[in-house]
Amino acid sequence: MVRIVFIDPDGKRHEVDAEEGMTLMEAAVQNMVPGIDADCGGGCACATCHVYVDPAWQEKLPELFERNEAEEDMLDFAFDVRENSRLSCQIKVTAELEGLELQVPEQQG
Amino acid sequence: MAQVSAQAETIHAQALVIGAGPVGLFAVFELGMVGISAHVIDILPHAGGQCVELYPDKPIFDIPAQPRISGAELAERLLQQIAPFEPTFHFNESAQVLERIPQEEGGGFIVSTASGKRFRTPVVVVAAGSGAIVPKRPPLKRLEEFEEKSVFYAVRDPEQFRGRRIVVAGGGDSALDWAIELAPHAERLTLLHRRQEFRAAPASVERMRQMVEAGQMDFRLGQICGLVGENGVLQAVQARHQGETFEIPADACLLFFGLAGRLGALAQWGFEMQGGQIAVNTENFETSIPGVFAIGDVCTYPGKLKLILSGFHEAALMAQKAARYVFPGRHVSFEHSTSSTILAKKLHQG
Repeated sequence: MVRIVFIDPDGKRHEVDAEEGMTLMEAAVQNMVPGIDADCGGGCACATCHVYVDPAWQEKLPELFERNEAEEDMLDFAFDVRENSRLSCQIKVTAELEGLELQVPEQQG
Repeated sequence: MAQVSAQAETIHAQALVIGAGPVGLFAVFELGMVGISAHVIDILPHAGGQCVELYPDKPIFDIPAQPRISGAELAERLLQQIAPFEPTFHFNESAQVLERIPQEEGGGFIVSTASGKRFRTPVVVVAAGSGAIVPKRPPLKRLEEFEEKSVFYAVRDPEQFRGRRIVVAGGGDSALDWAIELAPHAERLTLLHRRQEFRAAPASVERMRQMVEAGQMDFRLGQICGLVGENGVLQAVQARHQGETFEIPADACLLFFGLAGRLGALAQWGFEMQGGQIAVNTENFETSIPGVFAIGDVCTYPGKLKLILSGFHEAALMAQKAARYVFPGRHVSFEHSTSSTILAKKLHQG
C-alpha cells in the first residue's frame, strides 16, 4: 500500500492507502475523498478529478508533472489550472509516490 | 425547488426511468422483455446522456461484440433496439420530488418534474449516471448575482449580445463557435483561454485566428478569476495569466467549461446513499426504498465498476424484480430474446 494525502480546500488532510497500479482518482473515490467527482469514471472525459501536485516533488519526480495531450485538452474544462495541475485519473500509483500530497481545488465544476 | 401545480395532469406509467443514457435506454429493453412499458425522462433535449453530451465521438471499446463504437452511435443503436417497446420520452425534464403513495391508496409513487409533470408509477428506475449534465460553473465570487443577467452558459438569443462588449471564456468548440458567431455583432468580443492551443475543430480555430488577425475579435491568454460589477450588471471580467491579473471591460460574459453531473434533488429522495451514489443490493438493484431501483453509474455496491456493460447487467436483474411490482401475483417467466413471445410480438408489429 502507498500512502497518498489529499488536502481539501479547507486544509483538511485525507490520508488514503492506495494500491499500486490503481489511479490516484480511484484511490480518492474508494476512500470517498470529497471534491474528486470523477464523473466519467476515469475516461479522461470530464476534468472533474483535477488536483494540484505538491510542487516539492518537481525535482524528485518531474514526470509527475507531465500532462498527456488528452489531459491537457480536458484541463481546458477545469478551473484555475496551474503548472502543477493534473487529472488524478491519469496518474498510476507506484511505490515512488509514497507520501505524495495532492491539493484538491476549490471546485471541480 | 420545483413548483408542482396541483392541476398538473398525472401521467400513469408502468415504470418511470430517470435518465436516457445507455443504461436507462437498455432498461427500457429489459423492462419491455418482462412486459413493462416505460416512460423515460431526461434533463437533456435528446437521448444518449453523457455518451452523447460529453464524448459523442470518443470511441468506446468495451461494449461486447462492438470492437469500436462512438458514444453517439451507441445511443443511436440502443434507440433502435428499444424501439419495438415504444418507450415514451420526456426530454428537458428533471425529476424533483418523489412521493410515496400509501398502500391503502394503491401504493407506488408520484414523481414530479421541475416543469410540473407528474408521473404515477409502481416502479422508479434511477439511471441518472452522474446526475443531470449541466454546465460547469467556475468558482467565482458573487457568480450567482450575475448569472442569467450578464453571465451565461449558453446562447439562447444571439440578438441580446448585439452592440455589447462580450467576453467568451473557454477553448472548446462551444467557445469558438459562439465567439465566431457573435463577434461581428458585438461592440467588442474577447476570447479568453488559458493556452494557445484549442481542443476544437481545426477549421474553427483557423477562422478565429483570422478574425483576430483582422481585428474582428481579441484573443487574450488567461483564466477567468473574477467578475466586476453591481446588481448583476457586469462591468469587467477579471482574468489571470502567469501570475498577472488583468481586467477586460465587458457587459456580458459567456462561460464554456464543459459539463458536469449534478445529482441534485435526487440525492434528497431518502434512499440510502454511499459516497454520493445510491446504495443498492446486487440481487435486483433495488434501493432502500422498495420499488425504487438504481442502475448504472449512479448506483454503488461492493465491487461496483462504472462500466456501461455493468449497467446493462444491472438493468436485466432490475427488470425481474420490477415485474413483481407491476404485475403483483403474476409469475414472470424468464425468457431469452431468441424465443421471447413478447419480443416476437413487438417485432412483428414493427
